[in-house]
Formats: sequence, C-alpha cells, structure tokens
Amino acid sequence: MDRPFAITLDVGTSRANHTGSWRIERPVYVDRLPPCNDACPAGENIQGWLYHAESGDYEAAWRTLVQENPLPAVMGRVCFHPCETACNRVQVDEAVGINAVERFLGDTAIERGWSLPAPGPDTGHTVLVVGAGPAGLSAAYHLRRLGHAVRLVDSSPRLGGMLRYGIPAYRLPRTVLDAEIDRIVALGVQVATEHPVLDIEAEQRAWGADAVFLAVGAQLGKRVHIPAGDSTKVVDAVSFLHQVADDDPPLLGRRVVVYGGGDTAMDAARTARRLGATDAVIVYRRNRDKMPAHPEEVEQALGEGVTVRWLSTVERFEGGRLVLERMRLTPDGLPEPTGEYDELDADALVLALGQDTDLSLLEGAGAVTVSNGVVEVGHQMMTTQPGIFAGGDVAPSERTATVAVGHGKHAARGIDAYLRAETPARPERHALASFDRLNTWYYADAPRTRRPELELVRRQTNFEEVVRGLTEDNALFEARRCLSCGNCFECDNCFGVCPDNAVIKLGPGERYAFNYDFCKGCGICARECPCGAIEMVPERI
Amino acid sequence: MSETRVHFYQVGSFAVGNRLLSADERTVQSDRRRTNSIDSGHRACQGCGEALGARYALDAAMRVTSGQLVAVNATGCLEVFSTPFPETSWQIPWLHSLFGNAPAVATGVAAALRVKGRDQVRVVGQAGDGGTVDIGFGTLSGMFERNDDVLFVCYDNEGYMNTGVQRSAATPPTARTATTDAVGPEPGNAFGQGKDVPRIAMAHGIPYVATATVADLHDLERKVERAMSFHGARYLHVFVPCPLGWGAASSETIHVARLAKETGIFPVYEAEYGEVTGVTKIRRQAPVTEYLRLQRRYAHLFGHPGRPDVVARLQAMADANIARYGLLATEEDE
Repeated sequence: MDRPFAITLDVGTSRANHTGSWRIERPVYVDRLPPCNDACPAGENIQGWLYHAESGDYEAAWRTLVQENPLPAVMGRVCFHPCETACNRVQVDEAVGINAVERFLGDTAIERGWSLPAPGPDTGHTVLVVGAGPAGLSAAYHLRRLGHAVRLVDSSPRLGGMLRYGIPAYRLPRTVLDAEIDRIVALGVQVATEHPVLDIEAEQRAWGADAVFLAVGAQLGKRVHIPAGDSTKVVDAVSFLHQVADDDPPLLGRRVVVYGGGDTAMDAARTARRLGATDAVIVYRRNRDKMPAHPEEVEQALGEGVTVRWLSTVERFEGGRLVLERMRLTPDGLPEPTGEYDELDADALVLALGQDTDLSLLEGAGAVTVSNGVVEVGHQMMTTQPGIFAGGDVAPSERTATVAVGHGKHAARGIDAYLRAETPARPERHALASFDRLNTWYYADAPRTRRPELELVRRQTNFEEVVRGLTEDNALFEARRCLSCGNCFECDNCFGVCPDNAVIKLGPGERYAFNYDFCKGCGICARECPCGAIEMVPERI
Repeated sequence: MSETRVHFYQVGSFAVGNRLLSADERTVQSDRRRTNSIDSGHRACQGCGEALGARYALDAAMRVTSGQLVAVNATGCLEVFSTPFPETSWQIPWLHSLFGNAPAVATGVAAALRVKGRDQVRVVGQAGDGGTVDIGFGTLSGMFERNDDVLFVCYDNEGYMNTGVQRSAATPPTARTATTDAVGPEPGNAFGQGKDVPRIAMAHGIPYVATATVADLHDLERKVERAMSFHGARYLHVFVPCPLGWGAASSETIHVARLAKETGIFPVYEAEYGEVTGVTKIRRQAPVTEYLRLQRRYAHLFGHPGRPDVVARLQAMADANIARYGLLATEEDE
C-alpha cells in the first residue's frame, strides 16, 4: 500500500474498457464481384491478375490469368473486351485498358517461355474434342488440367479454327497464335488434323472416348439469292478469309464490295484493301448505330479507307455494275425499301451475311436436339444426349472467340463432373461491386494509355499487326489504373482511419482484421474504403 | 526484373498506405509499429475526429522525436474521454493540469527539460478549440510571445462538446449549438469576425504555423514533421469534425473534414515567421451546401423555405478564403 495520499487505485489501461459493447453495426470485410469479372465471357479473374500486374509481378499475373484462359496473347488481340465496357473507371475518366494489359502479359509469357500449369493426375478417362477453335482449345486445356486424356481433331490442316481461318493476320499474327496453341498441345493433347468427322458416335467409338465436346463452329457463309451475270465474281466472306489464311487469295479486282455489317464484313473489306483493292465498299442495310460490328473495328476500317454505303441493299450484280436499293428505317429501326436505286461499279461482291453451322455429323446421334441451326445445351454445356457436350458457335450464344473460350472451360468442368458421376458444383457468386460503393477520392487521376496503331499507309498494304502492344512502363501504368472494385488491395485506409485502433493490420498479402472488443461501429472504415470491401452489418442485440 | 520508374501508384498518396510505395513514402499511420499514442478503450464518441487527429499528430511527433516526447493536455473532450480514473489511454508521457493553463504548463515542462539539460525531449501542448481559442488564449499568446520551445496543437471541433455542445469563439456563423438556438431572424451562431487563431499565431511571428484536417493524413504528418524541425513556439490547428455536436453521421467524419477543405470553408496552409509559405490546393471544388447539408447544426438553413440568403453568406466566406489563400489550383500546379 505505497500509493500516494488519497489514491486508492492503481493506474490501469483503458483497454479494460471494451467499447465494442457500444456497437449496433459491425464492419466486416467482404469480397465483391468486380464488374469486369462479371462481364468476362471467359470468366477471368481480371481484378485478380491486375493486382499482381500492379506490383510488376507479371508472372504471377499471367499464372492467375491462365487459371481461366489459356490464350491471353490471342485474347489480348481479338477479344472485344466487354470487361472494359463494364469497368467502373468509365465513370471516373476512362475504362482501364484491360485488354492491352492482357496482351502484354500474354506476349511477355511467350517471350519468356512460361509454361502452363502441369496436367492433373491421370483419371483414365478419354475425351474427344471435335474442332480446334477457341472452344476446343480451351476445353482441351482445362480437361488436361483435370487429368483427362484429350483427343483433339480438326478438319483443317492446322489448329486454331476461326482464330486462324477467320481472323486476318493483321489482327492476330500467326506466330502468336502458334505459340499459344503449341503450349496447350504440349500438355499432352493428342492431335489429329485434316480429320473431318462425319459421324460423331462412330468417331467416339473409334477413339474409345468417354465423352465428347463438339465445337465445330459456324463455318458456312450464309448465301442470299442475288441475280448476277455470268462474268461476275461473288464469294462468301468466310471462304474468302479462309483462302487468304491459306496464302491462296482469290483475285477480286480493284473494286470490291462487301455486303453485310458485322465484324466479318469489316475483316473482309480490310483484307481486300490489303490485297490491292483501291475501293473497298461495305454495303449495309441499316445505319451506323444499328451496325453489329464492334465500333473499334468500324473505326479502324474507316481509317484504312474502307467506305460504307449505309441504308442500302444489293439488288442485282451484272456486268461490273452493282444495283443498290436505298432503304429507310422504320420507327422500330427496321430497314424498309424505298424503291429508289443507286449504281455502283464493282469487280467482285463478297457476302458477309452471317454464318451457319454444319451439324451433319450429328445425324447418327439422335438424342442431340438441334434447333434454329444450333445445338441445345443445358447447364455446363451438356447436350440433350448425356456424354455429348457442345460449345462455341454451335451452341446458342453471342459468337465471339471469348465466349467460345468460356464455353470450353464450362464444358470441361461439366465433362469432369459427368465422368466422375458428380453433380457439377456451382461456385458461389459474390454480390456485384457497383460504382456507388467506391470512394473514388482516393484514386489518383490518370487517363488511359492508348495502344499505338500502325500508321495508315503501312497497314493498308500489308498484313502486319495493326494495333501494337504496350511497353512495360505503359502496361504497369495501365494496370495501376485498376480501382480493385470490391476487393481489398491493402491501402491501409481502414487501419489508419479507425479512431479506436480497432483494425489489426495482418501484414503484406494478409489484409486486416477487426478487433471487435474495441470497434464502436462508427463506420468510418467502410465509408473511407476506396474499393467498397467493407460492409456494415447490423449487430445482433 | 529491371527497375522502371512509374509516377503513378493506383491510389498515389491519397490513401493512408499503398503497397506499391516504399515504406518511407507511406504514412506513420500505415506502419504497424506506430505508437498508438492514444490507445483503444477510450470513451470518445463513435467516429470522433479528435481522437483520430490526436493519434495522427502525436504518432507523427513520436516518430520524428524517436519517442522523446512529453504531451501536456488542457481540459476538454480529449482529456475527459482518455483518462477517467483509474484508466488511461495514453501510451506516451502525458500531463493534465487545468482548462486554461496548458500552454503555460507546456512552457514550464520545456523550461524544466532545458534546465536539466534534456534538450532532446520535445514538448507538445494540446487542447480543443475551447482550451485554445477561449479559455487558454492568454497563456497561449504568452507562450508564442516568449517563443517557448513548444508545439501547440489545437483540435478544433468548433465548440464545447463534452459539456453539452456550447458555443465557442471557434463556432462558425449560423451553426446551432446548445447556446445558439436556431430561432429568430438570425438563427444559430451570429455572424461576426470569430477568432482566427492560426492568423493570430502568425501575427506573433513565431517560426511555424499550420492548419490541417483529419482528411489529409499525408499533409498533417508532413506538417508535424516540419514543425518539429523548428525550435521555438509552433502552432498546428487541426480541423476535427464532431459527429455528436455537428449532427453528422459517425461514418462521415473524414468526409466532412474533406469537404470543409474542398469547399474553402477551412483553408489548409502553412506559414513560417508570419508569412504563408504553402497552400494545399482544392482538388475537387464543391459548393458549401455539400458540406452544410451533412450536418444537422445547419439543418435550419435548408428545407422550406430555408435560408438561401444565409447559405449565400457562408458561400461568400468560403470564396473569400479561396481568394485570400489562393486555394484553387492553377495550370502551373498540374
């Protein structure tokens, strides 16, 4: 009892006072689904791989990326990046150039020779993959990772499907495509090229396959009847692009007209320009707003001197002269004929009016339901015949390479579950990280880095790649524009702004925890979290 | 991998920390080894700006002085909520005497340390706006005038909060407090000159005067560091929102402080020997209504019919600050 006069208690710490009992709401750390991930047809964890790219760890970034998509260098070129359309940063300045960073990672991986994750332990099952386009390649990759033996067959001499025979080399250089395909094949995929499949069930038996993934694509150019004279040249865009890819381009002359308004029409017109056409004219029945081609493609085509006849249809083609009928749009946006005509000189007409699937190989497989020219598929891409799965352009969907990659992945997981006789698990989906949950004050202002484009003159005459890659500096900058929507990126804000020191910093990569003994539930941490990764939930009282 | 210099780091230096920055470019608060001068378990209200401001300022001072620091505290919220006997939240040497004499006590501590030859130990005096602007003002001015080696920090929450939200000489015009009812033709606190203590401190010609808010931690910590590089009297005026007294949501503390700066209501600047040497520019300018509407002490200015005339006077005050200190960024600042 040697306390000073009139002092009866020792001095104690205020930690004895558990102010957590004041709380009516508690903060909790959450992970929300970033809109880019939500929008990606291939199901990439974009925010996840950008997180690694931000710190310059490109290999970790690439490894996260290829968990979902084995073709980053290809997708970084041909994907129409719905992720960027969905990006929350659009509402701050401009979308993060996700696609450009993906390409940078893909190219870096090729340059440094990083290999894909090793195949899983052998399951003893064999899967036949018919069609080596993006869907088939993606399925082959994911099936190998799951430990199944894969037989990949394709009717063409080389693998790649529409990536090789539909997309021109100025958009996707063949060295890049080959590198990424070789990497997949190196996982132990047994390949047969120039191997058309005529009967799917016979083929399955021949290979002794336990399941089949059908991804033959939509290879047939749609035809319409256009009255044409004998000497006129009419080709369809799919065959035209295929021949160019085979280094056997048809002679189209100087004035080439392309009929259609999709991406294939753009590719055909731009390819015609490169083959020496002085006039490459696209004839499209509606206006630019209604055009299905992606705006970037249209922009690049126009930049290369391709011209467009809007609101026109081809009436007939004779003697080097094309007769066009002018259209007008109804209030519903549908084109209707006006009865007025124009003429246009042309040496050749390329039809780019859409593509159909060739599903004759299914004739023996009676239980597979086909409607409107596509195969009906259920959850995880299984057709109505158990054991036969389908994806890519043969399944109902938006026909893009990225969707096909996503189909391949889903089908692989579905096939895996089927072979194991399990019900495929649906992974839990986080709530969306919407823009209103962000506190954008904290993000540095930075407009987007543009990929340089080849100067116009050069790209009109050769097949060199038009859009160039980012330098490392730019890629790093671009990655760091990511807002990390809905996912903690360890900015220390919660740790710093808590008036009660009730946030525990766990160290690099470990994020934080709350000390609920002292957290009063004021909510500053949630309010000041830049990326919306803290949620206030009512306390049970 | 080769080193590449990139000038952009996702959150740059706006957030407390940033995994992409080197450790010495991050704040003291981002460091797990920070002092936590004021510990958990204190009885400040939810979302208290003053508890935050005090930890920010003192932790920064502790780092600069390598822990050789004594704090002298006036009576006020900060003292009451941190030291209900027998508990204390202070993890640094800390003294409390009276409401009005903190600057004088700090002077005494500094003098005692000098006499004992312990010059490496530095002294911080601190008080709320009541203890600084009103009750402690005489001793504060004396401390400035004698140029005693003390950094005095005022945590300004614009009123006497722990006694029940009474008006102080730092309460802004039109704000409702327990002693300035929102009734009559001129509701809330009267328009007047108030007491602008940072400018009064500058008029003493002391080595360093600065203002800061709890919304800009990098700025606040830099100013504490700068202040500790001088000997003599120094003054730091920190804007700390009070959720209780201002009628703002507890989660909005930092947001309200940020808006005070972004509207021009609270100019953030620093001065050496009586001359302004630096101004923190407005980044995203906002009208004063954005700031006022978050606080119930201004609720009588809005609604129907509201007092747009009074809001216009407050906007004019903010505009006058913007003009006086040059708070808007110019092309050159970009």
